[in-house]
Amino acid sequence: MALRATYREAGGVTVVDMGGRITLGEGSALLRKTIRDLLEEQRTLILLNLADVDYIDSSGIGELVSAYTGVKKRGGSLKLLQLTKKVHDLLQLTKLFTVFEVFSDETTALRSYR
Amino acid sequence: MSQDSKHLEITLETQVESVNLAEEMCLRVAEAAGFGEDDCYRIGMSVREGVINAFHYGNEERPEKKIHLALDLTPEKMIIHVVDEGKGFDLNSVPDPLAEENLLSTSGRGIFLMRAFMDEFQVVPGRTGGAEVIMSKKLPLPGDLGTNGTGSQGAAPEKEA
Repeated sequence: MALRATYREAGGVTVVDMGGRITLGEGSALLRKTIRDLLEEQRTLILLNLADVDYIDSSGIGELVSAYTGVKKRGGSLKLLQLTKKVHDLLQLTKLFTVFEVFSDETTALRSYR
Repeated sequence: MSQDSKHLEITLETQVESVNLAEEMCLRVAEAAGFGEDDCYRIGMSVREGVINAFHYGNEERPEKKIHLALDLTPEKMIIHVVDEGKGFDLNSVPDPLAEENLLSTSGRGIFLMRAFMDEFQVVPGRTGGAEVIMSKKLPLPGDLGTNGTGSQGAAPEKEA
């Protein structure tokens, strides 16, 4: 899957659709830049759709955590949507499931911001 | 190294691209050795983390330093060595990334992942003065199709020419 990050508005929440690998280098940098751009635009309710992210390494995990804390510091909320099995297992292994709110369904995820 | 073993060595530049290169090389060897999809993922991830460690912490991203990667394929297991040219480090001083106070840390999960994904893992002083990560994965048993992807066809490494 090609590396990409696009975003759309859905009921006051910015949904970021990411694809590809979030790893040291381009993938992590793209996630960092996307979150930074959104925060500059005062978009602090963010739903990160990882349905097309098939691989994350420790650098990508670090970037996810950084995005989470960065958004939280601004009074917002970053949640995760539709994890692939590998990403799901990795977040479970690293206990980050206890940190992130994770959803499998976009409607439910969007409703959780209300 | 016995005649039934294969040895491969490569010297990598201290740059981000080396991480992908090392992962791809080890994945090819692992696939050819008969590891299934899940084990290949774990091996690939561990190699990535080993080389990221060498790149970032060991060599401190200094381009004049090198990363030495070696693979040994024995009839029993695949052994991976990642050696940096840094100052070495004490494994006991690495914080536990699962501790409550470290969960929101943006780094420090690489060693944890290597330990979790490989059968054996250790860090010893390297010959270049830095750290040497040594990790291994047992080859799948013949006929082991289980839940591990493609099974173990061709699991036994060929004899060295």
